[in-house]
Order: sequence, then structure tokens, then C-alpha cells
Amino acid sequence: MRSLHASRLLLIGFCALVYFFLMLPLLVVFPISLSSAPYMQFPPPGFSWQWYERYLDDPQWIDSTWRSLYIGGATAILALALGVPLAFSLVRGRFFGRIVVDRAALAPIIVPHIIFAVAVYGLFAKLKLIGTWYGLVIGHTVLALPFVVLVITAGLRDFDRSLEQAAEGLGASRWQTLRKITLPLLRPSLVSAGLLAFISSFDEVVVALFLAGANMTLPKKMFDNIMMEIDPTIASVSVIQILLVSVVLVLIGRFGRGLKDSAR
Amino acid sequence: MFSSRSGFWPALPALILLLVFFLFPVVRMLGFSVEAGTLDWYAKALGEGLYLRVLWNTFEIALLVTLFCLLLGYPLGFLMATTTPFWATMGFIFVLLPLWTSVLVRTYAWMVLLGRNGVFNRMLMEAGITSDPIPLLHNFTGVLIGMVHVLLPYMVLPIYGAVRKVDPAIPAAAAGLGASNWRIFWRVWMPLTLNGVFAGCVLVFVLSLGFYITPALLGGGRVIMIAVLIEQQVREALNWPFAAALSAVLLAATFAVYTLAQRFTQPETAR
Repeated sequence: MRSLHASRLLLIGFCALVYFFLMLPLLVVFPISLSSAPYMQFPPPGFSWQWYERYLDDPQWIDSTWRSLYIGGATAILALALGVPLAFSLVRGRFFGRIVVDRAALAPIIVPHIIFAVAVYGLFAKLKLIGTWYGLVIGHTVLALPFVVLVITAGLRDFDRSLEQAAEGLGASRWQTLRKITLPLLRPSLVSAGLLAFISSFDEVVVALFLAGANMTLPKKMFDNIMMEIDPTIASVSVIQILLVSVVLVLIGRFGRGLKDSAR
Repeated sequence: MFSSRSGFWPALPALILLLVFFLFPVVRMLGFSVEAGTLDWYAKALGEGLYLRVLWNTFEIALLVTLFCLLLGYPLGFLMATTTPFWATMGFIFVLLPLWTSVLVRTYAWMVLLGRNGVFNRMLMEAGITSDPIPLLHNFTGVLIGMVHVLLPYMVLPIYGAVRKVDPAIPAAAAGLGASNWRIFWRVWMPLTLNGVFAGCVLVFVLSLGFYITPALLGGGRVIMIAVLIEQQVREALNWPFAAALSAVLLAATFAVYTLAQRFTQPETAR
């Protein structure tokens, strides 16, 4: 690697610029959220908490935040309950049509969200499910399912099956083996999958735009606000959302299987 | 456990969910497009100048977004894969942080940056480079910048993976034999990482085709991509058959790209 030096420096310089581009929005949002100006101004003339106060004092913002949190939680639970057994089938089953099931499980990330959103909106309008929290949970679970399946199948492929065989050889029942050996060993993947499902719902805009009706989720409320006005309250909400998602990512890093590992 | 034929049953609940709440609504909606028994709505989508323009816009933007993501993403993925573990982790954090930041937040930030009185225009005017604000928002440029930003991580990650897989002895051997860096890049790195490049391009292109949020907000009603048109047809025009025909076109394009991609990568994945 003799003459690599100059070109390496060039590469590093170029990448620094790309990183700057990637971080630029975050670098703007934080200062604006703490601005003392009465309207959008950058750089901010002074420091204040006013936009956070406005968020906290507005029952609409708080309502939509809670709604997003419990819809995200319910989505994570439902997606795990359905996705984990599906992943087991895909990795360990030997049945006819396994490939079809595999494709079906990943289809929701391949089909553009707008198509799914419009389609499910048409159906839910008929079923009077628009504006209900469980309608959104169903929609978000469909979208979260592929993430759960990807993470859990990756976890199961690296799984040392001799541990299960040992348990069964020592007289454990299937149920005991599942509860005492398989699931505990799979816990990092389960944590990652659940948290990913949560984030995918918590961040989801397009389906919520159609299904939420008057019962806003946080992203839908943000979308509407951005459409109507560029109000710095959005910046403070953004910061709060970034912090929430960061907490979830730290949790994944701490208790889950690394995102790098499940990136296939 | 879960071996042999019994292995199918655990998949059933999830499959029922997908069948009832995914496959059925999508097929039902697509069916609206041929409800009248004719292909008139497809003729409208693919024949009328106005809508043809939207399709062309979508295609052009998706292509440019893919190109820019590749130009910015390859060096990034390459650097992350060839640097020390510490810097690789830092690189990952800075790629994943925007990826996990809501698209809405990022789009909002670009509106602040690119607007008429936005950060960029203020800076340009104060520096005396321009006297009037340059239109960066609610046009092609704005949509392009916002989408490249949102989709760049999807390009970086597969390229990173591909570069990591290359045995460092190969480029080292090429260097030892006297090949220039330029030559090593084009003759060694490029061919060996082509799979990752391809995967990233397909992913970014397909995601761009169906993208809604960023074009809806940054395009400001002036840059219409197909996803925005579908939304307008459903919510404003209440024209379900036309929205369904447009959805079918988008879906067909998406599948076509994936199928082509699979055909190209088959020999590699079959290893």
C-alpha cells in the first residue's frame, strides 16, 4: 500500500463531505428547536425552551404521541406473536411451498407502501375501521412482519441445535425445551425484532395518513403540520422523536442482536 | 422440534393475516381498474400526456436518485469497510442515525435548509453570490436532494457488505504487481463488489419509484411522482379505478425491476 496515501486522503475528504450531508438535517433541527425567535429563523438569535413547552402544553401533540406509543407497542407484540412462529416454520420446516411462504412474508416490504395504504384504506372504509387504533395496529403489523421474520430467521440460522437435542436427550418435553432453551437463547433476536417492529410503526406515515382519520398518530400530526406551516414546534417534536428512537436503538445495541448481524 | 411436515402450522396465523389484510385488499383494489370490463383506465394512465409526464418524472427522479446515491454511497461503504474497527463503528453510527431518524424530520429539515428564506439562500445572499433567492424547494432539485438523503443508507449498507467480503490479499497482490490505484479500483474492487453495487442500486431505485412522503412535501404540488398522483386520485378526485390502474403500473414496474435483478444476480447467489 505504498502510493495509497494521496488517494486515501482524497477518499476520506470526500466521505467527510458525504457525512456532513447526511448529518446536516440533524444539525439544523437541534438548534431550531431551542430557538428564542418567534418564527423560523436560522441561526437562532437566542436560547429558549418555548417550542418544547408548546409541544407539552398542546393536548393534541401529547395525545398523538401516546397513541403512537401504544400502537407501536401493540404492533410489536402482534408482529412477534405472528412472526416468530412463521420464522420457525421457514427455517426448520420442510413442507411443500416453503418458498412461497418465504416470499409472502417479505412481500409487504417489496410492494410500495402507498399501494398497500390505499388498498387497506379501501377495505377498512368498508369495514368501518378507519380511525380505530386496532385498525392501525393491523396495518402496521403487516408492514412490521418482514422485519421480524428477517431478524428471527437470521437468529435461527446461527442457532446451535445440539443444545436443544441435549435438552431433549435429558428428558425435557418439547414445550420445556422451547421455554427453557430455545427462547432464552433466541432472546437477543427477539428483542431486536420487537424493537424494530415498534420503531417501524412509531415512524410510519403513509398508512397512518390514510387509516388514522381524526385520531392522529404522531407522524400524521407532524405531516399535517409540515404541510400547513413551518412552525418550529415541529423541530422540538423532531428532537423528541429522535431521542425516543435513539433510546430504542441503544436498547437494541445493549440487549439485542447487533443490527449489523441481522443485515444479512 | 418443528421438523418434517408439521413445520407448516406455526406459519398459518401470520399467513392468514397477510392473506386477509394484505393480499386481499391489494387484489381487490387492483380489481377496480378493470371493473368496467375495459382497459380504459390503463389507456389513460399510459396514454394521456399529463399522466405520461408523471410516469416519466417518476422514472427520471428514481434514476437520478440511484445515480447520486451510488456516487456518494460507494466511497462511503468502501471507506467503512477498509478502515479500522473504531472508525467503522463511527461510520455505521453516522449512517444509521439518519436512517432511523423519521423521514418526516429529515424532510422538514430540508425544507428549513432549502426554502426561499432558508439557510442556504440566506448564506448565498449574505455572501453576495446571488441577490435573489434561488428556488431550491418545491421543484426537481429539492425532491432530488431530499430523496438522495433519505435513500443513501440503503446504498451504503450493501456496498459495505460487498467490500468486506473481498479478500484483502487480492488488491494487495495487484499493488505488489505494480498496478496503479486507479487500475486496482477498476479491475479488482469494482468487479468484486459489483453484486453489492447492484443490490444497492435495485433497492434504491425501487424504493424511489414508490416514494411518497418526500416528493409530497418537498415537491410542493409541482413535482408529481406516481405515488403522489395515486394519493390525489384516491383522496381528492375519489377516482378509485384510475388510482387502481396507476397502482398496477407502479406494482408492475417494481416487480419487473426485482425480477430483472434476480435474473442478473442468480449465478452469484447460487454459489
